[in-house]
Amino acid sequence: MTTIQYLSLTKFERFLVNVGNFFKGIGKGFVNFFKGIPHKLLVLWHKICSPFDTLGQAWKKGSWGVRTNFLLMGFYQLTHHQIVRGVLYLLFEVVFIWFMITTGVPYLAKLGNLGSFAAKSSTYLDDVASGSSLIIQGGDRSFTILLYAIVTFLLMLIFVVLWFFSIRDAKSLQDNIYVGRYAKDSQFFHDIVDSKYHTLLLAVPIVGLVGFTVIPVIFMIITGFTNYSGTQFYLFDWVGFDNYAGFFSNTNSSGLFTIFFKVLAWTLLWALIATFTNYFLGMVVALLINKKGIKLKKLWRTVLILTIAVPQFVSLLLINQMLAGSGVLTNLFRNWGWITGSESAFDNALLSRVLIIVVNTWVGVPYTMLICSGILMNIPEDLYESARIDGASPFKMYTAITLPYMLFITGPYLLSQFIGNINNFNIIYLLSQGKPSYGMASLGYGDVGETDLLITWIYKMSMEGQDKSYAVACALGVLVFIIIAVFSLIFYGRSNSVKNEEDFQ
Amino acid sequence: MAKVQVSKRFMDKSQRVLAYVILSVISIIWLFPFFYLILQSFADIQNPLYNTKSIIPNIWTFNNYKALFTDSRVPFIRWWLNTLIIAFFTALLQTILVLMTSYALSRLRFKGRQGLMKLILILGMFPGFLGMLVIYYILELLGLNTSIYSLILVYTASSAMSYYVAKGFFDTIPKSLDEAVMIDGGTKNTVFWRIIIPLSKPIIIYTILVSFTGPWGDFMFGKYIIQTAQIQPTGYTVAVGLQGLTTMATNELYGAFCAGAVLVSIPITALFFWLQRYYVEGIAGGAVKG
Repeated sequence: MTTIQYLSLTKFERFLVNVGNFFKGIGKGFVNFFKGIPHKLLVLWHKICSPFDTLGQAWKKGSWGVRTNFLLMGFYQLTHHQIVRGVLYLLFEVVFIWFMITTGVPYLAKLGNLGSFAAKSSTYLDDVASGSSLIIQGGDRSFTILLYAIVTFLLMLIFVVLWFFSIRDAKSLQDNIYVGRYAKDSQFFHDIVDSKYHTLLLAVPIVGLVGFTVIPVIFMIITGFTNYSGTQFYLFDWVGFDNYAGFFSNTNSSGLFTIFFKVLAWTLLWALIATFTNYFLGMVVALLINKKGIKLKKLWRTVLILTIAVPQFVSLLLINQMLAGSGVLTNLFRNWGWITGSESAFDNALLSRVLIIVVNTWVGVPYTMLICSGILMNIPEDLYESARIDGASPFKMYTAITLPYMLFITGPYLLSQFIGNINNFNIIYLLSQGKPSYGMASLGYGDVGETDLLITWIYKMSMEGQDKSYAVACALGVLVFIIIAVFSLIFYGRSNSVKNEEDFQ
Repeated sequence: MAKVQVSKRFMDKSQRVLAYVILSVISIIWLFPFFYLILQSFADIQNPLYNTKSIIPNIWTFNNYKALFTDSRVPFIRWWLNTLIIAFFTALLQTILVLMTSYALSRLRFKGRQGLMKLILILGMFPGFLGMLVIYYILELLGLNTSIYSLILVYTASSAMSYYVAKGFFDTIPKSLDEAVMIDGGTKNTVFWRIIIPLSKPIIIYTILVSFTGPWGDFMFGKYIIQTAQIQPTGYTVAVGLQGLTTMATNELYGAFCAGAVLVSIPITALFFWLQRYYVEGIAGGAVKG
C-alpha cells in the first residue's frame, strides 16, 4: 500500500490497517526466523569445527612440549618462561581431578535414580526447652546429589574450555618463539590491565552470578522434573514431564488446570492494567507539575518522592492494616455499604482486585512521574510553537506531540514495567496475601486466591504451609519464564533502541 | 479584542486553580498513610477507652516508642544496627561490582559480551526466590548460615544483574576521551580510574543510594534464613522484625510496629532528600536507555 492510499483512508480503516500490519509483522518475523535457520546451522557447524581444527593443528605441528599439554595442562608454559600461567593451569587441573575423584564421580553415579538408601530419622527429646527434634542419619540425599551433579557438570565444562585454551596458548607461544618473540609473565600482567582487562573486572561478578543465580536457576529447572516436595528431605525421584502435564490434564472445574488458567488470566490482566494506569496517571501528574505558571514545583515533586523514600514494606503493611477487618478504610467502606458485616476489604473478589490496582498506582505513580518529568522537559518547544500557530487545541497537542514522543522514548521502559508487574510479588504478598481464597488448599498446591499472581502462587506452593510442592512450583516458575520470554521476544525484536545499541555511542 | 483577552486570561486562571486543586488532592492522598502512621505511633491502642474508629487518636502516649527500647521482645536497637551494618557493606561492595561490570560491558569489546548480557536478561526472567533453598545450602557449606550478615553475600553476589543504569550512563561518555588516554600510553585500567570514575559522580551516588536503601526494605531472604537457621530475635533485620510484629496473634505490639516504622523511615527519607537530584537523574536516565 502506498502512502497516498493510506492517507486516503478514514481513521478507523487506518487503525485496522495498522493492526493488520502488526500481526503481519509478527508472522514475517517467524518466517524470517525459520528461513534463517539453515544459514545459522552452517555458522554453528563452523563454530563447532574450529576448536577441533585448532587442536589438530596443535598436535600435528606442535613440538613434544605442546603435545604434553594435552595431558598436563600448562606444561609448555611452565617450561617456556610463563611460570604464572603454567602454575595456574596446572593447579586447576590438579584441583579438578581431585574434585572429580572425591566428589564428582560418586555423585554423578547416583544421578540416575537420585540415591537409593533412605535416611534413618528418629525423634528424640531435647534437653533444652525446645522439646523434641528430628535427627537424620546416613542415607542418600537427593537434594545434595542433584546439586553436586550440577556443580560437577559446570566444572567439567569449565575444565574442557580451559584445557582447550591451554593447548591453544601453548601453540601460539611456540609460534611466537619460532619468530623470536618471547612473551614472558610481565606481558601477562600487562594484558590483564589492558587488552584482557575484562577478565579482571568480570571475574568476581561472574563467580557471584554463577554461584548465587545460575546454579540456583539450573537447579530450579531440573527440579521441575522430579517430585521433590521441599519437606521430605531425603529421597525423591525423576518424574519426567508429570508436573507440567498436571497443569494441562486435570480439566474438571476444581482441578489444577482451572486454577492455573484463572491465575494466569488475572496475572496478565493485572500486569496490563497496572502498567497502563501507572503510566498514564504518572504522565498526567508530571504534566500538571511541569505546567507553565504552576508554582512550588519542587514541593509537589518532593511529596511524591516521599513514597519512594519510605521502605515499601512499611507503607504496604500500613495500608494492609488500614484495610484489615477493623481498619480505618474498612470502616469507611462499611459506612458506604461496599462491605457488609464483619468482612474485611479483601473478602470481596472485585473490591480486592480494584483496591490492589489503586494501591499500586499509589506506589508506582511517583516513579513514572519522575521519569516522565525528565523526558517532558526535553521535548523541543518549537513543536508546540508551530502547533499553536496552526491553532491546535491543548488536547490535540497532547495526542499529536506529547504522547507519541513519550511512547517512542519510553517503549522499553513500558515493557520492563509490564514484566515487573507480572512478577510483582511485594504488593500482593504484603497487601492481600491473595485473598479471597479459591478454597483449593486441599489440593496441596497452596491456598491460592483470587488476587494471587503466578509469582505469589509459586511462593505459597514452595515456601508456606506443611505440605509443600516445591517441584510443581519449579515447573510453574519455568512456565512463567516462558510467558515472559515470549512477550519480550515479540516486543524487543521490534524495538530499534535495542537493536542499534552502538548508535548511542 | 479586549473581551477575548479577558476571557483567555480567565481561562488560564481557572485552569491554574483547577491544577492547584488537583495537586493538593493528590498530595493529601499521597501523604495520608504517612500522616496516619505518625498519629498511630502515638496512639494508646491497648487502652480499653481507645476509639478505633477515628483517625486522630483520642488517647496519646509515648509507650510505643518506649517499648522499642525497653521491651525484650522488640530489640529494636539491635535490629537497626544489624540492618545498618548489612546495608553499609552491601552498598560498598555492590557499588564496586556494579561499576566494574558496567564498565566492562560498556567500554570493552570481548568475545561473549553479547552472550553475557543476554544471559543476565534471561536469568532475570526466573522467579528468584525459588533459588533460596540452594542459596541457603551454599551458605551452609560455607558455614555462614547462622548469621544474618550472610545477607551481605546474598545481596552482593548478584550485583552483575543490575548493570543497566550505570552502563547506560557510561555509554554516553565520549569514546574520544579513552582514545586520548590510550595514545598517551595509558591502559584500559587508566581509562577506568582517570576518566570514567571521575566523570560518573551522579551514577556512583545513585548506585550507592539504591544499594544502601535496598536491605532496609527486603525481608524475603532475611526471613527465610532466619526461619531455617532459627536465628534468635536479636539477630533479625529491621524489616523481618517489624513485619513479625504485625503478624502476631494479638495486636499488642502493633503500636510498636508504627513507632519502629517511623524511626526506620526518618533516616532513609532524609538520605533520599539529601541525594534527591542524583536519584532523579539515575532513574530518568535508566528508563530512557531501557
